Amino acid sequence: MAEAAATAPQTVARRPRLRGVTSLLGTVPFFAYVTIFLIIPTLVVVIGAFAGNDGGVSLDSIKTLGTDVILDAFGRSIALSAISALVGAVLGALLAYALVTAKPEGVLRRTVTAAAGVLAQFGGVTLAFAFLATIGLSGFITVWLQDTFNINLYENGVWLFELPGLTLIYTYFQIPLMVIVFLPALDGIRPQWREATESLGGTTWQYWTRVAGPLLAPAFLGSTLLLFANSFSAYATAAALVSQGSPLIPLQIRGALTSEVLLGQQNVGKAMALGMVVVVAVVMWLYALLQKRTSKWLG
Amino acid sequence: MAGVIARRARKQRIFRWTVLIVLGVFFVLPFVAMVEFSTRDSQTWPLLVDWPALSERYPALAEGITNSLLQAALTALLMLVLLVPTAVWVRLRLPRLRRLVEFICLLPLTIPAIVLVVGLAPVYAWVTYFLGGSSLTLVFAYTVLVLPYAYRAIDAGLSAIDVKTLAEAARSLGAGWGTVMWRVVLPNIRSAVLSAAFLTVALVLGEFTIASLLNRTNLQVAINFLGKSSATMSVAVSLTSLLLAFVLLLLLSLLGGRRRTSKESS
Repeated sequence: MAEAAATAPQTVARRPRLRGVTSLLGTVPFFAYVTIFLIIPTLVVVIGAFAGNDGGVSLDSIKTLGTDVILDAFGRSIALSAISALVGAVLGALLAYALVTAKPEGVLRRTVTAAAGVLAQFGGVTLAFAFLATIGLSGFITVWLQDTFNINLYENGVWLFELPGLTLIYTYFQIPLMVIVFLPALDGIRPQWREATESLGGTTWQYWTRVAGPLLAPAFLGSTLLLFANSFSAYATAAALVSQGSPLIPLQIRGALTSEVLLGQQNVGKAMALGMVVVVAVVMWLYALLQKRTSKWLG
Repeated sequence: MAGVIARRARKQRIFRWTVLIVLGVFFVLPFVAMVEFSTRDSQTWPLLVDWPALSERYPALAEGITNSLLQAALTALLMLVLLVPTAVWVRLRLPRLRRLVEFICLLPLTIPAIVLVVGLAPVYAWVTYFLGGSSLTLVFAYTVLVLPYAYRAIDAGLSAIDVKTLAEAARSLGAGWGTVMWRVVLPNIRSAVLSAAFLTVALVLGEFTIASLLNRTNLQVAINFLGKSSATMSVAVSLTSLLLAFVLLLLLSLLGGRRRTSKESS
């Protein structure tokens, strides 16, 4: 009896730990899979960026990020993302506000939100071809403008395959994305706040600059950052349109991956990839900060 | 006061319709243009629906279409097999791991596909060594790519039901874990599983980056290649694949809408 009492707590104590171990076994397939196809590729990029050609640690690849070609590509990528994010954010916010003034459960709002959800996913090669069919050299609009008004869209050179063209095409998926991410914040604005402003004698201008504006600013800024990250990571549309040269950083990475790499430059692609991850990570971190600030009032 | 409100309502209505019409034109124009562009050659659309003739005339395109459809189906399958049991298991037995699993699943959102492909290249050298260079091996990379979207959908589905009670009830009646998964949990998160699968199919059908840089063929790679020789045909195929993806995603949002309304009414 005394023996049984002495051994009993032990078995009780051991069982949960054993169960813990067998429970962990259930997650092995998932963790094994993400290790091979997500963690290892990430580490390949991070470690590869700091690896020398002889296998040792070296900063050579990181230093090549400072060369003019790559700095220019980063600059253009950031400019393209910033401009398309800003244009997308402003137009998307206008559209979102237009939806908020409509009936909340009305057909109009439901249709536009559903369409925005679909169009925000629209990207890649098909988007490039959609715009080639629209304003390409023999596109629908190009031909129509030429025939009816005798306007040549490309009088000063073909801008479709350069930054202006890419900016225009990127706004096509940025505006719908803005509608999706900004609409919840606009919905958080209460009509009582406007009534309160008015009962205190405030004008519409004062309401927007002193009440709604400051409340919406973090949400607007955060959404803009999300849009920036979105277009900064985009590759397929640019790859399908731009076949001459590599003006953007994703296209530089394509060059590093596909062409015969110069001796001593094997890891430059990884260094550029790491640079992209750092930019996206910083932007997403700021986004998360702003998101927290937004939820204080408009959550 | 009433006059002010009426005037503001009218102003808002004018503003609303101006914005909607201007942006509506911007968003509809490319579709109109694609229809117009792809009908310039009257042969295009009849050829597109005639599968034998299409695969004879454009073998690469036909291969891309078959590959993409197979990739989409296999990715959806692999994603479900990998994610659903893990998500359920973590909720039931390892709640402390939930944050980690969520973090890993959302990680691909911060890693652009173009970056992922740089790291995947050496991994795929091994995949090619063991499994060959078939385009279907892309399914492994695609499963990682769809992880954030699929995880969110499935996690939302699991949050809506009481997995623990359901599982305990089934276990106390003598069900094994397989039965719990297949006959108790799965039927309860059917719509979440369906939306995860739809999202996966839509994303895989539109994927270009990884396929093209790992030298494998899928629909988007084929469209891009075709664009160099036959612009009309590539625009027609683009339009078709877009409409297919749109139908899938619209079905998805309808599904979400129905789920919400059914919850409200109950």
